[in-house]
Amino acid sequence: MNNPYIVLPVIFQLFSAILLMFFWFRVNTQRLISIICSLISVGIAGWLLREVLQHGILTMQAGEWQAPFGITFVADAFSATMVLLTAISGMAVTVFSTGAIRNARLKFGYFPILNFLLMGLNGAFLTGDIFNLYVWFEIIIIASFVLITIGGEKAQIEGAIKYVTMNLLASAIFLTAIAILYGMAGSLNMADLSGQVAQIENRGLVNVVAILFLVGFGIKSAIFPLYFWLPASYHTPPPAISAIFGGLLTKVGVYALLRIFTLIFIPDEFLGTLLVIIAALTILSGGLGAILQVNLRKIFSYLIVCHIGFMIAGLGIYTELAIVGVIFYLIHDIIVKTNLFLVSGLIFKLKGTLNIMKLGGLYKKYPVFSLLMAIPLFSLVGIPPLSGFWGKLFLIQSGYAEGQIILIGFILLGSFLTLWVAGKIWTEVFWKDAVDLPKKMNVKYYRELKPFKQRAMVIPIVLLAGVSLYIGFGAEHIILLSKQIAAELMEPTAYIEAVLGSKSITP
Amino acid sequence: MELLLVILIGLLYASGIYMMLRRSMVKLIIGLILLGNGANMLIFLLGRIVKGKPPIIDSASKMLTEVYADPVPQALILTAIVISFGLQSFAIILVKRAYKITKTDDLDELNTTDEVYE
Repeated sequence: MNNPYIVLPVIFQLFSAILLMFFWFRVNTQRLISIICSLISVGIAGWLLREVLQHGILTMQAGEWQAPFGITFVADAFSATMVLLTAISGMAVTVFSTGAIRNARLKFGYFPILNFLLMGLNGAFLTGDIFNLYVWFEIIIIASFVLITIGGEKAQIEGAIKYVTMNLLASAIFLTAIAILYGMAGSLNMADLSGQVAQIENRGLVNVVAILFLVGFGIKSAIFPLYFWLPASYHTPPPAISAIFGGLLTKVGVYALLRIFTLIFIPDEFLGTLLVIIAALTILSGGLGAILQVNLRKIFSYLIVCHIGFMIAGLGIYTELAIVGVIFYLIHDIIVKTNLFLVSGLIFKLKGTLNIMKLGGLYKKYPVFSLLMAIPLFSLVGIPPLSGFWGKLFLIQSGYAEGQIILIGFILLGSFLTLWVAGKIWTEVFWKDAVDLPKKMNVKYYRELKPFKQRAMVIPIVLLAGVSLYIGFGAEHIILLSKQIAAELMEPTAYIEAVLGSKSITP
Repeated sequence: MELLLVILIGLLYASGIYMMLRRSMVKLIIGLILLGNGANMLIFLLGRIVKGKPPIIDSASKMLTEVYADPVPQALILTAIVISFGLQSFAIILVKRAYKITKTDDLDELNTTDEVYE
């Protein structure tokens, strides 16, 4: 079946980016168009998820070239969920940007590039072809390069050098892996590769390629020995940009790892153990790094690394229950991390600094804001019934069932370190007496902003906090969705059948 | 021919990684370019190096039986070359900007992001 409308999320972002380029210097028109387009894209993504849940996996063969010869787009429950999450955080960041990003940056094409970035993300989630996945990754990184350097401050440029280098290296490794994979299996279609790779006799070479994919996606998703670029760059661009990076860019890497390691390379004992060790060390180094930092956004950057570890842990355990945990945690993490970086942007506008030693007295002065900011902060820790709790519960259950006691220890340690950091942020930033800060001339404070900009900064935080609360309190819906996704990932027959047609399944 | 290309690819990867490990930003860019070219050559090699064997099926037969030059990797290389061209030109401009701002070519001097940045 050909369902060309499943590429609508991609096409629509392309359309809105091009439309925005016609209003290059008219920033207010750009603001209005971006907000409208982002709302429509949430609608499209929600509708796509509903279609997929009702009709099963939908596919599109580009130009009616049947798989495995043409380029395939596949929307299964996992892809559609990721597209919806992208649309929601994209919408929140767009609304926040209308208030928080300066006109000078907007005149360099901030909104069109943001839409190109979202287009790349949607493409990466929907494609069913591994070389096409590479192309979408390149679109994502080139858009993110522009976003990270836009404005050209000293710290931004220095952070960008580290970010650009590591991403280009990751792309080169990813491309090498694709080349060898094509040489071995003679196909690029992921569903076709699933069968082809299983038949290859030279298992040593297959493992080498799997490791190359692990390194390539590992750099992008910031796993243990490869994460150093992330805390060195994510705190340099404006908070709205950090929010979309922290919420989505590392998670594309996790998405690709989950796709590759459930569909093409089924982890054997060696790879499983390797993933578990990497996960434990990622949790440890991210958590310890977060404790040492004093810059709020750097703390959040290290927490990204720490929580990527939880997801890799689930992939290492590799049972259906563990994958349920990973998916649930992924859904929760995208929303919460986006929200935390937006919160840091709001705190900066309120106080003019992000150094937690200099901050203080927020609770006394802004009690409502503080309670609002407490929702993402404590969802992150996973205090039941907030959203972070359920994912970890499944991970620990599955780890216990598989006898991975040490890994459970690391997961608990990671949660404990997160709690410590959240408690430290709460006491230092919210409870501590206010410290006298000199007024900065180059910062536009929240009070001085126009009312529409003030609302534009608060509304997305309220929205995302609402989504987090829904994930926590309405967990049964999300658990059902995660279970369906996990079942589809662990038993990819339906996916392969949807792409290649039922005749091609050979027992 | 294959053996020569294999040696060339190995040299490109090795020198690319060696150049990336130097402290100079310009050498970093050169390393990235060499690495990208190595990856492109690798794809080219995996499309089978044969002379005068286009992938055209004879009117008498139904499928290709002989060894033929696979056209897919060549399409892939074209895409990869275009992408790496764009990325590398971005990286060169970025390094130029970084040199203007920081007045140094030494990667070890890029410490602003580690300071307590407000």
